Amino acid sequence: MSMNVLLAITPWPAISILIWIVVLVAVLYLARHTAHQAIRTASGAISRGLRLASHSVSHAESRLAERNREVLLGAGREAKERIIEREFARVGETVRKDLANYPHLHRGLSDAIGRIEKDHQDAVEMPPEPPGWVRAVETVSKLDAKNGGGDVLADIHKSIVKAHKEAMEAYREASTERHELLRAMMPRWRDVQQLLTDVDKKVESLLSRSVGVDRHMQEYEAIVKREDKAVSVLSSSSLVHFFVSALVLLVAIGGAAINFSLIARPMAEMVGGTSFIGIFKTADIAALVIIMVEISMGLFLMESLRITRLFPVIGALPDKMRVRMIWITFSILLLLASIEAGLAYMREVLLQDELATSALLRGTEGTVENGFLWITTAAQMGMGFVLPFALVFVAIPLETFVHSLRTVLGLIAIGVLRALSLLLRVSGNGFRHLGTLAERIYDLPLFLPLWLEAKWLANGRATAPMPVEELREVTP
Amino acid sequence: MKRASFFACLVLAACTQSAPVARNTGVYMLIDTSGTYRGEMRKAEDVILYTLSHLEPADSFAVARIDTGSFSEKDIIAKTTFDDRPSTTNAQKRAFAQKVQNFVARANASEYTDITGGLLQAVEFLNEKGTGRKTILIFSDLEQDLEKGYIRDIEVPFEGFQVVALNVVKLRKDNYDPRQYLARLEQWKGQVEKAGGKWRVVNDLDRLDGLL
Repeated sequence: MSMNVLLAITPWPAISILIWIVVLVAVLYLARHTAHQAIRTASGAISRGLRLASHSVSHAESRLAERNREVLLGAGREAKERIIEREFARVGETVRKDLANYPHLHRGLSDAIGRIEKDHQDAVEMPPEPPGWVRAVETVSKLDAKNGGGDVLADIHKSIVKAHKEAMEAYREASTERHELLRAMMPRWRDVQQLLTDVDKKVESLLSRSVGVDRHMQEYEAIVKREDKAVSVLSSSSLVHFFVSALVLLVAIGGAAINFSLIARPMAEMVGGTSFIGIFKTADIAALVIIMVEISMGLFLMESLRITRLFPVIGALPDKMRVRMIWITFSILLLLASIEAGLAYMREVLLQDELATSALLRGTEGTVENGFLWITTAAQMGMGFVLPFALVFVAIPLETFVHSLRTVLGLIAIGVLRALSLLLRVSGNGFRHLGTLAERIYDLPLFLPLWLEAKWLANGRATAPMPVEELREVTP
Repeated sequence: MKRASFFACLVLAACTQSAPVARNTGVYMLIDTSGTYRGEMRKAEDVILYTLSHLEPADSFAVARIDTGSFSEKDIIAKTTFDDRPSTTNAQKRAFAQKVQNFVARANASEYTDITGGLLQAVEFLNEKGTGRKTILIFSDLEQDLEKGYIRDIEVPFEGFQVVALNVVKLRKDNYDPRQYLARLEQWKGQVEKAGGKWRVVNDLDRLDGLL
């Protein structure tokens, strides 16, 4: 039904429009209650559905958070166990080494002390013998001078002076000898002091290690007790590990790209420069495969050395097999590095050949010889040889990246779920309010009949007799 | 297990194409050796060397002269399909350049100019090589001059070909009536495009950047 037909119910379009408006308002007024109910039911259903979805997402978020917490605590516990294990191994090694040296140390100290004791005994001052002839001198002095006592005394004096001189000389000699012995004791004292300093250092080292072990043990206990603080620390350190390892991996990717450019060109000489696999050149794929094999060998080498723990199977191998694996992976790496060095040399040769051909085709034959060409050739060969070994160490940041990625992905998922839950909740509320708004908008064109209805109801209430209950006297 | 097999098949299907797509280029260059063009040989040599320097392993290249009867393999001065090893390709390029230089040094002028025969020969050569892109370079003034008895009223199948006219010099008579020159270009263009080919004219030999 077109607009013209609607307007043609009366000869005057304005009147037709008015009639239609009245009819429309009447219809809307009659259907008002049902329409309100429909709007309320629809908005309520959508709102409830969204709130339910929000609740469900919140529940999923909490489950994920719990799981993430478990993963984080598990990883932290494992890492801490490794650290404590290593610390104990170091303490054990130190104790074993020092205790092994202890008999030697004890013997050295006993010898030094024994020598010092002996020297000390030898250096004891011997007291001079008491003068036995003093009484004889007294007796002689009591004799009469006529009986020759004076001569005897003179002789005795002479003898005494002589004896005193000899005694003094002997005493000096003995003192010199004692001093010599005491001087000889000094290096032994120093030996003892040195030995005691060494012991002190070792004990200090053990004490500092024990402090570290204590700290790690406290952290480990916090993890085992599932404390929030431990989770927070682990989470932040996991994020740091993630970004640092990602940065190092980016550097490694740069190295791999350089490596690729070194070997892709000469690879065309081996596998042809015109064959394709899909949309990629076979030579490029071959070069990439070599680099990937090198990285894989590096991973296996690091696993065999027990530096990384990405493959538990390798770590659990018997030591003999593991050592074999180390040698095999290292040999393959060495072989690949040698091949790369050869390819890098070939690249330079090809480049020179191409440059010579281009010069010939451009008509600029006989260009100046570059005397320093060997430097670039050697540098390329060196890079070709060294880069595979450098790529071995990619395993370490890779392991950290993989482990921290789990936590980071968990955190991102939690964030997304939280945002989704909030969005659903807000949308649910929004729909509820939208329902109310829709009711009001529905009522907007019905303002006249609604006003009349309100007026009529007010009049009816005013004329109606008041119920008896309302007229009853109010008693306090 | 079934799912793994399916994915493996999917990956293989993505990597393997039902028919190998030729990605190489085939270039056939026709050099006019008639009297008027004998002096332009050095320029032709420059174009050949330029083309050689831009071709890659597995590309095909042939240089042929336009003479009285050009629909003949005898008119091919040098032809090669480059090896897929870059070092061998370089050696082939050097040998090719040497052959061209020898030809330029002792080329004789031909009495007549059979361009259509040369084009037919070029189309036949490049179709036989089956290269992905096919380009015919015509180094000529495009003035066809057939000897009596040669029938060249033939529609050459240029479908999938790009034909580039190089260094189309103006003849003395063109100076009197340039319409002749324009008509000549128009006639060749129409002939190539009617047969499904693409037509280009490059007269500035110092700017050959987009030639191939």
